[in-house]
Amino acid sequence: MANVHLRKLHIALGGKDIIRDLDLQVDPGEFLVLLGPSGCGKSTLLHSIAGLVEAVEGSIEIGGRDMTDADPSERGIGMVFQSYALYPTMTVEANMSFGLRVAGTPKAEIRRRVARAAGMLQLDALLSRKPAQLSGGQRQRVAIGRALVRDARVFLFDEPLSNLDAKLRAELRRELKLLHQTLGSTMIYVTHDQVEAMTLASRIVVMEQGRIQQVGTPAEVYERPANRFVAGFLGAPAMAFIDGELDGAGRYRAGTLALDLATPGAGAVTLGLRPEHVAIRDDAPLRAEVTLVEPMGNHQVVWLRCGGHALSALVHDTRVFQPGQQVGLAIDATRVSLFDPRDGRRL
Amino acid sequence: MTPPIIDHSAHPAIPLAPVPVRQVAVRKRGRRLTVARIGIYAFLFTAALFFLLPLYVMIVTSLKPMEEIRAGGIFALPHAATLEPWRQAWSGVCTGAACEGIRGGFWNSVLITVPSTLITILVGAVNGYALSFWRARGANLLFGILLAGAFVPVQVMIYPLVRVMALAGIFGSLPAIVLVHVIFGMPVMTLLFRNYYAGVPQELFQAARIDGGGFWRIFLQVMLPMSLPVIVVAGIMQVTGVWNDYILGLVFAGRDHLPMTVELNNVIMTTTGTRQYNVNMAATILTALLPLALYFVSGRWFVRGIAAGAVKG
Repeated sequence: MANVHLRKLHIALGGKDIIRDLDLQVDPGEFLVLLGPSGCGKSTLLHSIAGLVEAVEGSIEIGGRDMTDADPSERGIGMVFQSYALYPTMTVEANMSFGLRVAGTPKAEIRRRVARAAGMLQLDALLSRKPAQLSGGQRQRVAIGRALVRDARVFLFDEPLSNLDAKLRAELRRELKLLHQTLGSTMIYVTHDQVEAMTLASRIVVMEQGRIQQVGTPAEVYERPANRFVAGFLGAPAMAFIDGELDGAGRYRAGTLALDLATPGAGAVTLGLRPEHVAIRDDAPLRAEVTLVEPMGNHQVVWLRCGGHALSALVHDTRVFQPGQQVGLAIDATRVSLFDPRDGRRL
Repeated sequence: MTPPIIDHSAHPAIPLAPVPVRQVAVRKRGRRLTVARIGIYAFLFTAALFFLLPLYVMIVTSLKPMEEIRAGGIFALPHAATLEPWRQAWSGVCTGAACEGIRGGFWNSVLITVPSTLITILVGAVNGYALSFWRARGANLLFGILLAGAFVPVQVMIYPLVRVMALAGIFGSLPAIVLVHVIFGMPVMTLLFRNYYAGVPQELFQAARIDGGGFWRIFLQVMLPMSLPVIVVAGIMQVTGVWNDYILGLVFAGRDHLPMTVELNNVIMTTTGTRQYNVNMAATILTALLPLALYFVSGRWFVRGIAAGAVKG
């Protein structure tokens, strides 16, 4: 268990700035998820913590020691890659023990550690197999085992579940969370999948274009997004944004859509509405037209048009809606978000 | 759940692995004998005849006694087939002053080919590995120079190389000819291995770095064991190249290590006495036997080697 402290980190790849002036503190035992769209610099950041990418400026501290210029093997990290990156000519056992053999660990100790990791990941029966003889899920377990065996102080995951199908992904996600609960190690996890981020993280770091947009617990990031980008990136179906005006008396108005928000201030604002903030009730005064219904099994997503704006609502019962049907909307005014339309910041 | 999007930002430098050419399934209808198909078969038959006829003449001639050859009819099958010309060619014919057949040349060629192949492949593999994964400063420039070297004709470099070798005191020896083959084989071998390693995910290398592997350990324990396919291809290319070489062997090998090709030339170019066509043919087939056998045994790999060198990179 160790903390990771990044200070004023600046990373450039091929002459292009990927990350500038980034500060981040990861607490010991934390499960930190770096979340963002493709090309936002989250993987580059992880690689620089691992020592695979050099920092132009700034410092990286792991477990209280400056590791900015240390070799990847000296940093006390274990890393799991998206493509598993198993050594194809080695058996599962040899894959897991490679790092220990390089370090010259005594044979008995290697056996003990491999057996322990194999036991935790249900790999005991597969130890003498080659990676080509394993399924995707098994391969990724071996890759995790390889990191476990090293007794790393910090575990780094680079989109480890992205190559797996949906069912396996959910299964391995739970296993990872369980593993974190058992080991209590510091884990840094890169993903573009918000479900993984929400379910695994103790804190989420949302990134875009090499900058940290928001750091917070999953609930904070989801309920109180710091800006329009974070609000739009998290949540499925996505938050609906409606440009409108505050009248100074606490009322919000956008065309025929009017809401009592009890918010002081006046001027142009953007309203952010999540589907679960919108309820369909016949007695509600606000009218909308159903445009599309997506049944999800345990709930349905109803897409609506209200005063020229597209909205979605989550419905948790079995009411039947038809496209073109007129319904009443109730909006939970206490949970909506308001953003500055110019810079997208939360108001 | 959002659909899984493959994030290329994670590894911007990975060159995509070569996409295999999709095989078009042969439909039943295509098997019918059309004019085009007859044309194709006619062409293939003519082409095969063009290459097989000389081979046929060689084999037939090498099995005939001289009287039959003098009687003419080069396409005729031998009346009294004999293996005597083959025995002569292997162990009795005169190669210049000595008359011990081209046996000596065969063993010289083996002596030259084995180290030339092993060392060149090893050097090429290390070069390709270093260029693909370690990315030293100026690596691309270095690779460019190495490739440019491959385009300079061998003949241009012979004289300077002779001078250098003479200065080093190894001219006309086994180490000299091996060194020359290593030098001339290196650019293509480097290209071959570099292209192969370019298809290996960078993450594999990174995982080995995190596991603490250094330059040589990653090369020997991770990369080399998974390079078997390309090693086979490189081996075929280098063995045939070195075995078939004439000019370098003639210039650099020295009198005691003349390769089989040079000895063959000595057999055929002998101006004294009558020309023994049957022995000449047998000696030629013997010399060509090793590369020929290699083509037959490993045709698939050989084509792959040519494709690897030509298409990629």
